[in-house]
Amino acid sequence: MSSQAELDNSELDRVIRSEYEAGFTTLVESDTLPPGLSEDVIRAISAKKGEPEWLLEWRLEAYRNWQTMQEPNWAHVEYPPVDLNAISYYSAPKSMEDRPQSLDEVDPELLETYKKLGIPLHEQEMLAGVAVDAVFDSVSVATTFKSKLAEAGVIFCSISEAVHEHPELVKKYLGSVVPKGDNYFAGLNSAVFTDGSFVYIPKGVRCPMELSTYFRINEANTGQFERTLIVADEGSYVSYLEGCTAPQRDENQLHAAVVELVALPGAEIKYSTVQNWYPGDEDGKGGIYNFVTKRGVAHDNAKISWTQVETGSAITWKYPSVVLRGDNSVGEFYSVALTRHAQQADTGTKMIHLGRNTKSTIVSKGISAGKSSNAYRGLVRMGPRAENARNFTQCDSLLLGDTCGAHTFPYIETKHPSATVEHEATTSKVSDDQLFLCRQRGIDPEKAISMIVNGFCKEVFKELPMEFAVEAGKLLEVSLEGAVG
Amino acid sequence: MLEIRDLHASVAGEPILKGLSLTVKPSEVHAIMGPNGSGKSTLANVLAGRDNYEITGGEALFEGKSLAELEPEERAQLGLFLAFQYPVEIPGVSNMEFLKAALEATRAAQGKEEWDSVTLLRKAREACKQVDLDPQFLKRGVNEGFSGGEKKRNEIMQMLLMEPKLALLDETDSGLDIDALQTVAKGVNSLRGPERGIVLVTHYQRLLDYIVPDHVHVLSGGRIVKSGGKELALELEQHGYGWLTGGQDGGNGKEDRTA
Repeated sequence: MSSQAELDNSELDRVIRSEYEAGFTTLVESDTLPPGLSEDVIRAISAKKGEPEWLLEWRLEAYRNWQTMQEPNWAHVEYPPVDLNAISYYSAPKSMEDRPQSLDEVDPELLETYKKLGIPLHEQEMLAGVAVDAVFDSVSVATTFKSKLAEAGVIFCSISEAVHEHPELVKKYLGSVVPKGDNYFAGLNSAVFTDGSFVYIPKGVRCPMELSTYFRINEANTGQFERTLIVADEGSYVSYLEGCTAPQRDENQLHAAVVELVALPGAEIKYSTVQNWYPGDEDGKGGIYNFVTKRGVAHDNAKISWTQVETGSAITWKYPSVVLRGDNSVGEFYSVALTRHAQQADTGTKMIHLGRNTKSTIVSKGISAGKSSNAYRGLVRMGPRAENARNFTQCDSLLLGDTCGAHTFPYIETKHPSATVEHEATTSKVSDDQLFLCRQRGIDPEKAISMIVNGFCKEVFKELPMEFAVEAGKLLEVSLEGAVG
Repeated sequence: MLEIRDLHASVAGEPILKGLSLTVKPSEVHAIMGPNGSGKSTLANVLAGRDNYEITGGEALFEGKSLAELEPEERAQLGLFLAFQYPVEIPGVSNMEFLKAALEATRAAQGKEEWDSVTLLRKAREACKQVDLDPQFLKRGVNEGFSGGEKKRNEIMQMLLMEPKLALLDETDSGLDIDALQTVAKGVNSLRGPERGIVLVTHYQRLLDYIVPDHVHVLSGGRIVKSGGKELALELEQHGYGWLTGGQDGGNGKEDRTA
């Protein structure tokens, strides 16, 4: 994201500066709770964040409910049990002294990837968590950015901040899409979430720019239990970008985030994700477990569109879904999931058609290499009121080599006779003939594979915001290195 | 530029070429003819380096380098071009993108100046025009949804742009109607020049009405059994292959391995 580099740098500067100004360093340094989960731990988290009573109660209720739940085991993934009592549920950002003092102290492999992705040096330092000395810019781009949003009436802040500044919105919508007892991981998140993003777009407002988590790098340590809530009021529009093509340093193995989207009548939310967390070594050792619950509710004439490019994590378990509650609402899911080495992905979507004339589109592209396993799991449900509801699903798998696996698990439930559901699925291999054609034209095999795979993903990439699409292509190229042969 | 001496080659372990020798000098156009299964397509694919096509004896030198030692892309970068008998589709990869990657790789390797996007697009459009291909095809996926004739013309279009030293055309005439055949021939003829060698692999004489070869060779049982000038092709047209191959007209039936 070279064009955003400058912006991010100034944002970083601002953050570092504010840390000193605010003088909460003492709190930061001592502020890590011992490992383990209990009501006391939840009370402590809530107290540290100075939360109102209702939110504490909400967390405790989630926790008590969660204790009665079982970890799901239906996904097509295998992993040793996660010891939830070995995790510290609140740890403040590392102090400057604890961080690497320069890029020389950072894992060279990580740096190599940054280089291949063409990430500017200053940005590399930020991503790698280097304790950089702030160079104060005379004009902060981040400030300009914030004032432009404020002018439009858009609220974009951390969810902790929103709890204090906009309690009525948070209280109304938090857990309204993904209830605190929804599933095991969402339940855990509801009890212990530490931070995340909050977005509110007022009625009829078209958000003047793409909102990106990038701008909120200061809350980098929202860590493993992130909570995002986006509310688009009637007739508004917002495009939100999550993640980053560069792998970020992360010491937490388990990630259980929750993302809730509310598209009120006539609103449109476009949510794009590029996920490139550490996938572990060739045997999957050390990789991140990504168990995410993402869901949106689309009211009358509203539209929610999920686009994701996933190349990271040792295990991915995620199904960004849309509840098409209102009449004429639209849900879309475009996904590219690439797995290699020992990565396991079980991902897909749920389109729940409740309203009349609702329409959903699913385009899923799975690419498997190495010893990896890549599963698409999708549910299309046409409710009893879903007159003239329509779904189109296209599910393509591409295999590189013959030690990987691709699986498709479509679930279709129709309770209305006028609903139509179309499902197309293909599995193909990068053929020797395709590869030979490229090589005969002088193109080396790695470049050829990446070109063929990019072509395979084109339908999804064109849904991404332009800049992201270019990066996503580059990311696939880097991820596929060594996948040939 | 191409020096083949007593070449033996097998396809997936089965011997197909059994002592083939052939010399192609710059400016020459050679036609390799022969019945089905004589090893014509095998020769083209062995020279280009397709997987499973293995040289088991003798040698094939291109520009003084042993082809057996080179990866397919290295051969291409040296200026060896194969126009495929059955061009494959690469969905989602536009022709233009493909050409750009191919030209970047080969031109750099040959020390030719790099073409910027504007030049490339102009050249590509010209090449399309030469083979009667709508420039819209540049935006489409490589061979994606092309008709048989369009695929063949697309191959010639690529060849025109890549300006190879040695062009191998594997049954480029098969499946073409007479108009398309003339268009393709015009494209190939425009490439004829003092620096370039061309090898046409074909079953039928009719292509040679439009691309007149300097030398004609008849392949049978994995070896060249007769060589001559352009008049040899006409003889073949009149008498068939039987008189040269001792009645083994059907050959060994291994011809279409590349399909």
